[in-house]
Amino acid sequence: MDVVINGEHKRVTPGASLLDVLSQLQLDPRAVVVEHNRRIVRRPALGDVKVSEGDAIELVHFVGGG
Amino acid sequence: MTTAVETVRDEPLTIGGRTFPSRLMVGTGKYPDMDTMVRAIEASGAEVVTVAVRRVNLDRSKESSVLHFLDPKKIFLLANTAGCYTAADAIRYARLAREAGFNDFVKLEVIGDEETLLPDVAGLLEATKVLVQEGFKVLAYTNEDLVTALRLEDAGCAAVMPLASPIGSGLGLLNPFSVRTIKRRLHVPVIVDAGVGTASDACVTMEQGVDGILMNTAIAAAQDPVAMAQAMRLATIAGRAAFLAGRMPRREVAMPSSPTRGMLD
Repeated sequence: MDVVINGEHKRVTPGASLLDVLSQLQLDPRAVVVEHNRRIVRRPALGDVKVSEGDAIELVHFVGGG
Repeated sequence: MTTAVETVRDEPLTIGGRTFPSRLMVGTGKYPDMDTMVRAIEASGAEVVTVAVRRVNLDRSKESSVLHFLDPKKIFLLANTAGCYTAADAIRYARLAREAGFNDFVKLEVIGDEETLLPDVAGLLEATKVLVQEGFKVLAYTNEDLVTALRLEDAGCAAVMPLASPIGSGLGLLNPFSVRTIKRRLHVPVIVDAGVGTASDACVTMEQGVDGILMNTAIAAAQDPVAMAQAMRLATIAGRAAFLAGRMPRREVAMPSSPTRGMLD
């Protein structure tokens, strides 16, 4: 199924959790903050939240800035 | 606490209940490479180091986070809301930053104009009220307007951060009178943020009596960022020491330093 991750259309396995999505993208859950349909999902809950068709997921981290 | 100028006694800088050893805070943007950034931060002596919140690059996730190069045990990460043009966006970015799990401080920016990057003070006040309610320690980037600074303090800011001049301009402290007035009237720390270009700017800024200074481009865009970081560290200490020492009065006429008596005929 299709979801939108950081503005890009991506295919993920039906029934995948947010943790599965991070794993598919080879991202360390400790190194990113996850926003799912505009709601922040805390790390311990990432495995419990299932992704649905068309969901908007934002994955952010810290970069250089002033 | 003693500064490097040993005879000058000073209180440490305390913001939101936390004490910081250095009055200089530095950013992490625009460095030519990460090794230079790490060495410049070290040379600056700064503990507070700002970072921005951005999307992970899905194609190159391994290389991009600034945390691969900074040790959060040795530095205090201060997340900013740079790039946000509305209160709602700034609130969203601040919440994401806090979720990273380091602290509940945020350098709040709500920008109002693309060309000058000057703050939208209405949006800034609105975002401050929400974030303070949520337990954030808000350090608000604002212009050098006293009334806005007073409103930000009333809204519960942990520190108010008037600009010296526009972000990345390097024009130095354009309005020392206004910054001095803000410092005189506020009870929370006043940290000048943005616009410093070189060491003399940092020194003059600290001579106004403000509690600290935050800079990024002046160091990162110097020909030798590590050397400039050290210059900024010394200038910040010198400016603070000069403020505490109390400068002589200005005079419009000369007064000889040597005796006028005892001259030969």
